Amino acid sequence: MFSGFMVNAWIVATIVAVVGGAVGFFVVLRGSAFVAHAIPNGSFAGAAAASLIGINTLIGLGVFALGSALGIGLLGRRGRHDVATALTLVFALGLGALFLSFTVEYAPEIYSLLFGEVLGISGNQLGPTIALAAVCLAALVLLYRPLLLSSTLPDSAHARGIPPYTAELAFLVLVALATTMTVPVVGTALIFSLMIGPPAAARAFTTRPLAAVALSIVIAVGVAWAAIALSYQTNWPVGFYVGVISAASYAAGRTWTYARTRRPRKRHRVVVEAAFTP
Amino acid sequence: MHADLAAIIAPGFFSSSSVRLALVVGALVAIVAGTVGVFTVIRGQSFAGEALGDIGASGGSSAYLAGIAPLWGFVGISVAAAGVMELIGIQRARGRDLATGIVLGAGFGLAALFLYLGTLSSTTGATVTILFGSIFQLDTSILPLVAVFGAVALVTILALYRPLLLVSVSPELGAARRLPVRLIGGLYLLAMALAVALSAVTIGAILSTALLVGPAATALQLTRRPGRAIVWAAVLGVGAMWLGILLAYDSYDWRPLHHGWPVSFFVVTLVLVAYIASRILPARSATRRG
Repeated sequence: MFSGFMVNAWIVATIVAVVGGAVGFFVVLRGSAFVAHAIPNGSFAGAAAASLIGINTLIGLGVFALGSALGIGLLGRRGRHDVATALTLVFALGLGALFLSFTVEYAPEIYSLLFGEVLGISGNQLGPTIALAAVCLAALVLLYRPLLLSSTLPDSAHARGIPPYTAELAFLVLVALATTMTVPVVGTALIFSLMIGPPAAARAFTTRPLAAVALSIVIAVGVAWAAIALSYQTNWPVGFYVGVISAASYAAGRTWTYARTRRPRKRHRVVVEAAFTP
Repeated sequence: MHADLAAIIAPGFFSSSSVRLALVVGALVAIVAGTVGVFTVIRGQSFAGEALGDIGASGGSSAYLAGIAPLWGFVGISVAAAGVMELIGIQRARGRDLATGIVLGAGFGLAALFLYLGTLSSTTGATVTILFGSIFQLDTSILPLVAVFGAVALVTILALYRPLLLVSVSPELGAARRLPVRLIGGLYLLAMALAVALSAVTIGAILSTALLVGPAATALQLTRRPGRAIVWAAVLGVGAMWLGILLAYDSYDWRPLHHGWPVSFFVVTLVLVAYIASRILPARSATRRG
């Protein structure tokens, strides 16, 4: 499990989880789960196009992730945001279907693009992944305060010179950047799981933003490691484990919140009922 | 005249039985999806529709494993997923996207597993068929199933029409009138699951939201009245479907590939073009007037 070719997988998965967990904090804060689902899925077409014309997958992924992000931003500017997201997503996937029909790609390769392949991570992906992660984390540090303000108090952020639309676009580009690097590991279909499960769980345990970001990263790394180990052992797809374990971490967060808030509320209700009993 | 027609419609289009079946099934599905979709757009539940479609992929692939018609799998899993979403409180606006995403993540993970197990046992293009659809390869035996599931979805919407509309536009007003808001929402989610499953059979599991949301969103740009919007959505949906099938059929003769382009690609593109046109055109005429 820790032999030569697996070392790359462990390193890349850890980087992916750190970025996913950090960007995911804002995804959950802004309630943008649909966008986090749409951008990586849309970038699937980019990977298909890259294999069609024979260029590096990362370039194809990047172009289509940015294209999806801008498409969602432009179409959703006025009008319904969820409709714009859905239509941008299905159009990108439709393009993906077209490109696939042109290639003589075999089903397993399509499959590993969608759902991830641990053994598919090669050494030459390491450099670009680290570079992209560095860019992504640097952008996150720079945008942290304005984006936090704009996500929680959009009006007062606007008054301080951060227009909501600019913040939204910056956020979409951030998700696109994170997506580009994560897709080759977890696959287009399940990366959003890593971006919402761990941060949602983290928010159940703490309300302080920085602590939530840190906890989200820790949980995401845990999920990614467990998924890779289990995938290696069973040979089942990484995406399956990422999806299920992320959901489990969210369920744990919900249970924690429930257990913590249940007793006081019950006592409170008894008091209220007593007050109203004639 | 005849030559012009032959240039638009490649010879043999109407005499091919698989094309005729595709046209009939496609029209039925587009009508159901358009009708249900108007409420999806009004209620802002596109993400739930997308999630039901994606999760349906696990049903389609497990049906392949079990050797039954994929439609059964799509319907079974979509309805089950709708039930789970309802249970964890997806109707509440707050945290709804998050809960949808979590259910979608777990369900899509299962789809990954089933597709993986499915591709192990058969090397046919089951993965591509389930995810992206192949309407020309439908079997005639699917027609009664499509009709029945479609009828159930349509009857649900028509029976709930007025209360559903009120609850969708203003849940508070609905609750004030003592309407069972949650029950209506749950029943609607079931109708949506059926519509998405039908749509998945024609244009594929991960593209099925296109037929649900696209024509309906376009129709709601054209008219503000929900009744008319339903008619428009059905007409636009059938139009996109038929034109998509025609273009895909014609594309077998296109140079340089001489290789059919997928129907799903054309349908999705037509749906997006119609939506963008409906967004741009009224805005332009309004500025001209002003």
